[in-house]
Amino acid sequence: MSKSNFSRRGVLKTGAIAGAGLALPTYLSAAGHTGFTNAPTGNSVKFGFNVPQTGPYAEEGLDELRAQQLAVEHLNGIGDGGMINTFSSKMLDGTGIMGKRVEFVTGDTQTKSDVARASAQSMIQKDGCIMINGGSSSGVAVAVQGLCQEAGVIFMAGLTHSNDTTGKDKKANGFRHFFNAYMSGAALAPVLEREYGNERRAYHLTADYTWGWTQQESIQASTEALGWETVQNVLTPVGAGDFSSYIAPVLNSGADTLILNHYGGDMVNSLTQAVQFGLKDKQVNGKDFKIIVPLYSELMAAGAGSNIEGVFGSMNWNWQLQDAGTQAFVRSFGEKYGFPPSNAAHTCYVQTLLYADAVTRAGSFNPCAVVEALEDFEFDGMGNGPVLYRGADHQCFKDVLVMKGKENPANQYDTLEIVEVTPRAQVEYAPDHPMFAGGDLGACNPGA
Amino acid sequence: MDAFLLQILNGLDKGAAYALIALGLTLIFGTLGVVNFAHGALFMIGAFCAVTLQRFLGYSFVTVDETQTDFLGNPLKVNTPYVEAWFGPETGAAIQDWSVPLAILLVIPVMFFIGYVMERGLIKHFYKRPHADQILVTFGLAIVIGELIKSIYGANPIQTPAPQMFIGTLDFGVMLGFDPGAVAYPMWRLVYFFFSLIIIGAVFAFLQFTTFGMVVRAGMADRETVGLLGIDIDKRFTLMFGMAAAVAGLAGVMYTPILSPHYNIGMDFLVLSFVVVVVGGMGSLPGAVLAGFMLGILQSFASMNEVKALIPGIDQIIIYLVAIIILLTRPRGLMGRKGVMEE
Repeated sequence: MSKSNFSRRGVLKTGAIAGAGLALPTYLSAAGHTGFTNAPTGNSVKFGFNVPQTGPYAEEGLDELRAQQLAVEHLNGIGDGGMINTFSSKMLDGTGIMGKRVEFVTGDTQTKSDVARASAQSMIQKDGCIMINGGSSSGVAVAVQGLCQEAGVIFMAGLTHSNDTTGKDKKANGFRHFFNAYMSGAALAPVLEREYGNERRAYHLTADYTWGWTQQESIQASTEALGWETVQNVLTPVGAGDFSSYIAPVLNSGADTLILNHYGGDMVNSLTQAVQFGLKDKQVNGKDFKIIVPLYSELMAAGAGSNIEGVFGSMNWNWQLQDAGTQAFVRSFGEKYGFPPSNAAHTCYVQTLLYADAVTRAGSFNPCAVVEALEDFEFDGMGNGPVLYRGADHQCFKDVLVMKGKENPANQYDTLEIVEVTPRAQVEYAPDHPMFAGGDLGACNPGA
Repeated sequence: MDAFLLQILNGLDKGAAYALIALGLTLIFGTLGVVNFAHGALFMIGAFCAVTLQRFLGYSFVTVDETQTDFLGNPLKVNTPYVEAWFGPETGAAIQDWSVPLAILLVIPVMFFIGYVMERGLIKHFYKRPHADQILVTFGLAIVIGELIKSIYGANPIQTPAPQMFIGTLDFGVMLGFDPGAVAYPMWRLVYFFFSLIIIGAVFAFLQFTTFGMVVRAGMADRETVGLLGIDIDKRFTLMFGMAAAVAGLAGVMYTPILSPHYNIGMDFLVLSFVVVVVGGMGSLPGAVLAGFMLGILQSFASMNEVKALIPGIDQIIIYLVAIIILLTRPRGLMGRKGVMEE
């Protein structure tokens, strides 16, 4: 016969302790997440600025980081407030976001998708970031956007120009302020027609990754619509350095126009080498040979030096614009760092403020509330005229700049001139446009 | 035919850079037995010697021009280089214009010193260590040097143009009966090619016709015996390391008008140069030069649209493909000697 050692009181006590123990993680989890990933619990909220600090786009990334830090200062009430003063939405007041001080961590994407994903993952899981901002490469942006969708945080893309970012790879948790390759083509085409006519034979050198492919496709479609002929499209490896082997065949191809679908250091090298091969001084088909760089940046222009003179391209924004928003941002940035901001810096600054404003308008950090606040949001005062954040694909629609390399620069920053501010209506397209087809925005993911 | 000629010129030009870097690598391996993965960094330091001299010659004093404004609306600060103030605007501008060739005078002592310090301070401690250790430490050193350069000069490529008189192209086509402009080649690339031939010739002549060179060659063949004769071969090999660094630096400084220097430029050449060394035959100086030019020309031809239409992507793999074929058929490379790296 056996005798039990359990008393009724003992069982109750053990049961109560075990129950409390089991319930504790659930309680903590609920308190920590309140229904979405990395819900802020204290007096602060943390952003993750994931930019290339090394690699071919490092200079853009470092400028993005400067602008992101400036945006955080302005959100926290430090400095002159910059574009918060000119932004059409008046929800931000320099007291952080909904009373929480903004903090940030930074990561180096190295312009590599796998490194960028690992960095963003660490920001989300280890640092508790509620929003990731950055980019400088479409390959990276697409990879990080996918990760943020899975993790349930918002991704405010930085410099990413591929159609795919808000096309076949679009995600509900991702938003792009920067323009895209289709818009570059739509903005450039009328200027190219006016300057170079309807009978041109174009030779494309294209960076062999998502951005290069979609830019080439967009520019080819726009120029062929003018009547131009595409002689050849040659894919070149990213970071090729010496492009002479790719440029030499252009000389005898019968082409009278070279379109360089390159960015960053690659563009600096390919343009410099094309000029060294005498292409800018060449005559073909009775016409002066021309070089076009569809996507420009101030940092690339500085790197390419005098080679960029007279070369057309496009930009999302430029510090020489005269609107109040641009002037406020350029003054804040220029006084802090001593030089004007790049368009990569501008887009990251604006994205950070737009996220903060969306949270404030939504009254919640919940990603789904933020998505709702940003979708079809119309705003002004951020340097590009009236802007729409289209809900169908999370792409911003705004004016686009056509630029030209300055012939006689007055100083080191005077590298590009604004040829035309292309109105928003001219660069708009339907969400189901073939160049953006194949993707599904899906539903927002709050995570947790 | 004109496209064919252009690619030969391109290949010779690329090959010249590969050959110069591979020559330095082989000198170090042949003398010290060290696999130096920091050699690309030495090329990069050479390139940045040109940048440094360009900046030095552009060093300016600032005056305020009240009639103009900067981007913030403040009175414009105008920079006037000291060389223009001292020697007059025309002479000063000409001196700045020639900053890349002038950098040759700077790069030789600087690189020789860096090579000497590198060998005495770090490399000598790894002579008796496995090649894997040498690769790891020199690769780590290359990363450190790259980051150091980035912290000083930034990450963007920096324009270092050739002198004005070498800007533009030389029209070979007209000389050979082709249409004007059909075979026009950048003048500075031709300068680079002939410059590399002079450097390669000078290195060979130094090793072949000087007593120092003779001792070094003897040491490369049988280090112990030369040591037993009472010759301090280690000291000579250290000087050879400095010389190899100077060759890499010269290759880098003259390449700057072709490829704008950036902190990672050495890495772009490093792997290819190692392939060149292996294909040429480890420790063989003529092999390195031969393989450099051969692989440069092959890579150029593989980049032709007609070739890529037949085999897509061939331009990216041709060098490695040829390396595999040569190592399968001639395991010691084109001109490799028995016993080198075979212990």
